[in-house]
Amino acid sequence: MQADAVAAALAQAHRSEWAFVLSATVRVAGDLDVAEECAQEAYVSALQAWTRDGVPERPGAWLTTAARNKALDRLRREVTLRRKLPLLVEPATVDPHDPADLDWPDAAVPDDRLRLVFTCCHPTLAPEARVALTLRLVCGVPTPDVARAFLVSEPTMAARITRAKKKISEARIPYRVPGRAELPERLDSVLTAVHLLFSTGHTAGEGDALVREELCDRALHLARTLAALLPEQAETRGLLGLLLLTDARRATRTDEQGRLLLLADQDRTRWDQRAILEGLTVTAGALASGPPGRFTLQAAIAGVHAMAPSLEQTDWPRVVHLYDRLLAVWNTPVVALNRAAAVAFADGPAAALPLLDELATDPRLADYPYLPATRADLLRRLGDAAGAAQSYRRAMELTANAAERAFLEQRLAEVSRAAGAEPALG
Amino acid sequence: MAKYAILIYEDPAFYANVSPEAWGAVVDAHSAFVKQVFELGGSMAGGEALAPTTTATTIKGAGTVTDGPFVETKEAFGGFYVVEARDLDHAVEIAKLCPAPGGGVEVRPVVDPTTNPF
Repeated sequence: MQADAVAAALAQAHRSEWAFVLSATVRVAGDLDVAEECAQEAYVSALQAWTRDGVPERPGAWLTTAARNKALDRLRREVTLRRKLPLLVEPATVDPHDPADLDWPDAAVPDDRLRLVFTCCHPTLAPEARVALTLRLVCGVPTPDVARAFLVSEPTMAARITRAKKKISEARIPYRVPGRAELPERLDSVLTAVHLLFSTGHTAGEGDALVREELCDRALHLARTLAALLPEQAETRGLLGLLLLTDARRATRTDEQGRLLLLADQDRTRWDQRAILEGLTVTAGALASGPPGRFTLQAAIAGVHAMAPSLEQTDWPRVVHLYDRLLAVWNTPVVALNRAAAVAFADGPAAALPLLDELATDPRLADYPYLPATRADLLRRLGDAAGAAQSYRRAMELTANAAERAFLEQRLAEVSRAAGAEPALG
Repeated sequence: MAKYAILIYEDPAFYANVSPEAWGAVVDAHSAFVKQVFELGGSMAGGEALAPTTTATTIKGAGTVTDGPFVETKEAFGGFYVVEARDLDHAVEIAKLCPAPGGGVEVRPVVDPTTNPF
């Protein structure tokens, strides 16, 4: 068998089957670290076996069997040495004594991958640990790459992951899919982690562009998996729709120099029409499944933008209406700010300024660069060049993102010229 | 089942200014909590309420004895329960019902001393 064909099959099996292999191995190993090592060893031995015998018909099943056998071997060898607390792995069948398992109909014993992702995103873990664990364990991303993605040193990330794993076993966080009653709340923690993964890739201030693209792809794959495994939870489809519709604009977010392009300046002909079509379909399905949650409503807003031929021809009253509904289920100052920006297009910049004045008193937005950036844009459109310049400067002080800073600098130069003043920054 | 400690942290000022009726209500809430633990399928393995930190005496490393608590904080350690629960989800479900009107509670697994958890 050709070496590069085997390598490609193995890489594909790592991307699509890692979570499946690991989560099935955890069941045998009873320990996250041991299961991880066994899954890694299985991928290593696959290289040799597949080169010799060819790629098996079901690579995931081959890898799972290999990893589980390695775990069984270890258990036999180390049975007297084991001192670690075993992970609280519950049996594959429904346990009549467990109230959470009782909620699941017999035919719908949850997929092991779900147990893994719900454990990684358990609400008793710190939010940054949830995202890191999800990348490390569910996606199989090596720790150095996880560290690079979040712009922290490798030892820092390794310590964060180890600490979270330790809490899972010592504090006995169960390896379980929550029961139906608590599912929506626990699912929100999972979807938030996947969304954060995507946004980190989508908006990262600095860092390797390839690493960031990889994060977006991983998040999309996770969202697809969740939507396939929990289709009755409409928010899984809402998140998938949101990520697809946002990712459809990936190629147009920055220009050739890496400078940020606003929605107004993006070349809409370069938006990924296939992703938009899929995103709109998925979102429509989520919207039709009852009262929409925050991810579904954000997807619906992204959908209105995706369908608009230009910024001016966007259905802004519909965007404002969707933001009103979003505020009703998810009342945060950032959502209120985005709503104000939509109002500025629906009813004119003057209508939105009082909304920004109100938001300026919210301490949670005190260091938020998009608040002065939005105000600057409204003032620019109203012809108040001096006021706009002042707000652009304030936004520049607050942003840590190089692409955003460059954009703000350019706008500042434009309004400064318009005001007949020297640009404050060269 | 595993043992978890529920550590109660509250602002002493809350109890310093409380009316006799409100004090009685807190005591009743704790009695009700003990019953709720059993109703939730857990069991109570112990617990005590502590006198205010103004009565505390601290002895540090070299045997130096000082007046006051080990750490001075606005919300002070004021009492604890030890409960048995199936897992952390169950322990948190129980701890959410623990009365702590002047602060909150912390849940910590109890260690089996034959293994070093650090």
